[in-house]
Amino acid sequence: MTVISTQDLVRRFGDVVAVNGLTFDVERGEVFGFLGHNGAGKTTTVRLLNGVLSPTSGTMRLFDLDPVEDGPALRRRVGVLTESPSLDERLTARENLKIYAELYDVPAADVSARVDELLGQFDLSERADSRAGEFSKGMKQRLALARALIHRPELLFLDEPTSGLDPMIAHQVHELIAGYAAEGRTVFMCTHNLYEAQRLCDRVAVLEHGHLLAQGTPHELASRYARSQRLEIEATPATLPLALKTLNKMSGIEDVEAQNHSVISCSGATQETIPDIVALLVAGGVRIVRVTPLEASLEDVYFALHEHAAKGAQS
Amino acid sequence: MNLCGLNWRGIRAVMTKDLTVVLRSKMILLPMILLPVMLQVLMPAAFGIAAYFAGDAIAGDLEDLQVMIAWLPAEVQGRLAAQSPGQVFLEIMLVYAFAPMYLIIPMMVSSVVAADSFVGERERKTLEALLYTPLTDSELLLAKILTAWLAAVVVGVGSFLLYIVMVNLIGWLVVDGIAFPNLMWLVLVFWVSPAVAGLGLGVTVLLSTRVNTFQEAYQLGSMIVLPVVALMIGQFAGVLSLSVLLAIGLGAGVWLVDALIFWFGVKTFNRDALIARL
Repeated sequence: MTVISTQDLVRRFGDVVAVNGLTFDVERGEVFGFLGHNGAGKTTTVRLLNGVLSPTSGTMRLFDLDPVEDGPALRRRVGVLTESPSLDERLTARENLKIYAELYDVPAADVSARVDELLGQFDLSERADSRAGEFSKGMKQRLALARALIHRPELLFLDEPTSGLDPMIAHQVHELIAGYAAEGRTVFMCTHNLYEAQRLCDRVAVLEHGHLLAQGTPHELASRYARSQRLEIEATPATLPLALKTLNKMSGIEDVEAQNHSVISCSGATQETIPDIVALLVAGGVRIVRVTPLEASLEDVYFALHEHAAKGAQS
Repeated sequence: MNLCGLNWRGIRAVMTKDLTVVLRSKMILLPMILLPVMLQVLMPAAFGIAAYFAGDAIAGDLEDLQVMIAWLPAEVQGRLAAQSPGQVFLEIMLVYAFAPMYLIIPMMVSSVVAADSFVGERERKTLEALLYTPLTDSELLLAKILTAWLAAVVVGVGSFLLYIVMVNLIGWLVVDGIAFPNLMWLVLVFWVSPAVAGLGLGVTVLLSTRVNTFQEAYQLGSMIVLPVVALMIGQFAGVLSLSVLLAIGLGAGVWLVDALIFWFGVKTFNRDALIARL
C-alpha cells in the first residue's frame, strides 16, 4: 500500500525554488531515507507533506488524503520530530507529553498511562517532573521523539533524528526506528548521516537544491551510481611492499593503505579494471591470496551523485 | 466536545499550555502583577494619604478640578456639593479621573500575553511542533486569542475587586465614605474592559506577522495605550467626561474595531505564513 505519493511537487519562496519537481512514492512499513545537505529542501518537503506549507504546484497524497485540504485528518495519523526539539522549556517533560496527547486526541483515560509508558521507554521517568529547559540536548531529543510517538502514528517523519546525540543515545534511537518499522509503520527520515541511512533505510532518495538526484535501495544506488569500488587485496607478507608500490603507481587507484601485514585496501577500481589490476600485480611479482571487491557505501553514492550534479551545473 | 464543529479539547490544551508558560515567566508575570498593584492600590493609597494630611486645605486643589466637575451629571454634582472638600477630591480622583486608567490593565495584560503566545512561541522555536498538530488554523488562532483575552479579563476583574476594597477602605478611613462602584464603573469593567482586552491582543496578533521578537511585539503593542492616555487627558482638560452613556458607546466602538481586526486576523493567520517566518 502506498502511504506517500508525490507528483512534480514544487514549492517556491519568492525567487527561490526550495522544492523542484519531486516525484516519489513511499510504501507502508518502509523506512524511507531523504538524503541531502543543509538547504537541499528536506524540511520544506516534510512541511509540504504535512499540509503545513502549500505547494506552488504538483500533487501529493498521504493515506490517500490531500495534505492541504485534509490537513487536520492527516496530521492525526502522522507524528513529526522536527529538526530542533521544539519543546516548551517552561513545561515539565510530563506536561509536554500530556498536552500533546490532548492535542492528538489520545483517549482521556489513556493519557496518563501512555505518558508514563513513553517516559519509561525513553529513560526519562526520573526527570518526568523537571522542566524541559533543564535537560541536556540528548534528553530534549528523546523527549521530542517521545512526543512525536504519543498518539502511535502510522507514519513518522524524523528530521535529523540523531543530530547532536551521543553514540549511545543515537544507537537507542536507531533501535527504536527499526522496531517501529517492524510493527508495520512507515518512517520518513531526513538525514545527512549516511551511516544512519545505510543502516536503517529500505530505500533512499537523494536531494540537491530541491531536485531529486536519485532514489532506490542503497544496494541499487551503489551499483548504479558509485563511480568506483573499494578493493581489499590480501597478499603474502613478503610481497606486500611490492603490492603497495605497484598499486601506488597505477592510474585511477587511490587511498592505498596497508590494513595489516598482509592486507591492503584501495579505492578507484571498477568492475572493468579489477582483472587488469590483478594482472598487473601478478606480473609485478605479487603473490595474491585474495581479492575482495567491497560494495560501495551510500557515502560513495552520495558524493558521486553530488559530483555528477555539480559537473552538470557547470556545463 | 464538538461545539461549532471545533476541536475544543485541542483548543483547551493550547490554552493550558500557553497559560502555564505565561505563569512561569517572571518577565510576563511581573507586569501582570505590578501594573494592577501600582494603579489600583498604590496610587489610590497615595491620594488617600494626601487627602488625609491636607484636610480642608485640599479645597484649594478642587479649583483645578472644577472643569472636570462641571462635566459630571447634575445628580452627581448635587451630591458632591453636599460633601466635604476631601470627600469631593477623593471621589473625583478615584471614581472619575482614574476610570480611563483602569483600562490600561486589561489592554496591557492581553497585549503581553498575546505577544508571548504568538511571537514568543516563534522565538522559542516551539511553534513548529504546534503547527504539525491536527488543529486547524482557526482553532489555533482561537486558542491563542482566548488565552490572552481570558487572562486579561480575569486580571481586569480581579483588579476591579481590589480597587473596590481600596476605594471603600480609603473612603472609610479618610472621609465619610465614597459611593463606589457606580454604574459607570460596572459598564467599564464588564463591557468596555473586555473589548479593550480584545483590542490589545488584536493589535498584537496583527503585529505578530511583522515582528520577530517578543520584546518588539510587546513594545509596539504597548503603543495601544495611547488612546487611553488621550481619554485621561481629555477628562482632566474638561473636553469630555466618562459617563455611563459614553462608556457604552466607547465599548461598542472598541468591539467594532475588535471585530474588524479579527476578521483581518483570520484572513491572514495561516500555517503557511507562520512557518515561512521560522
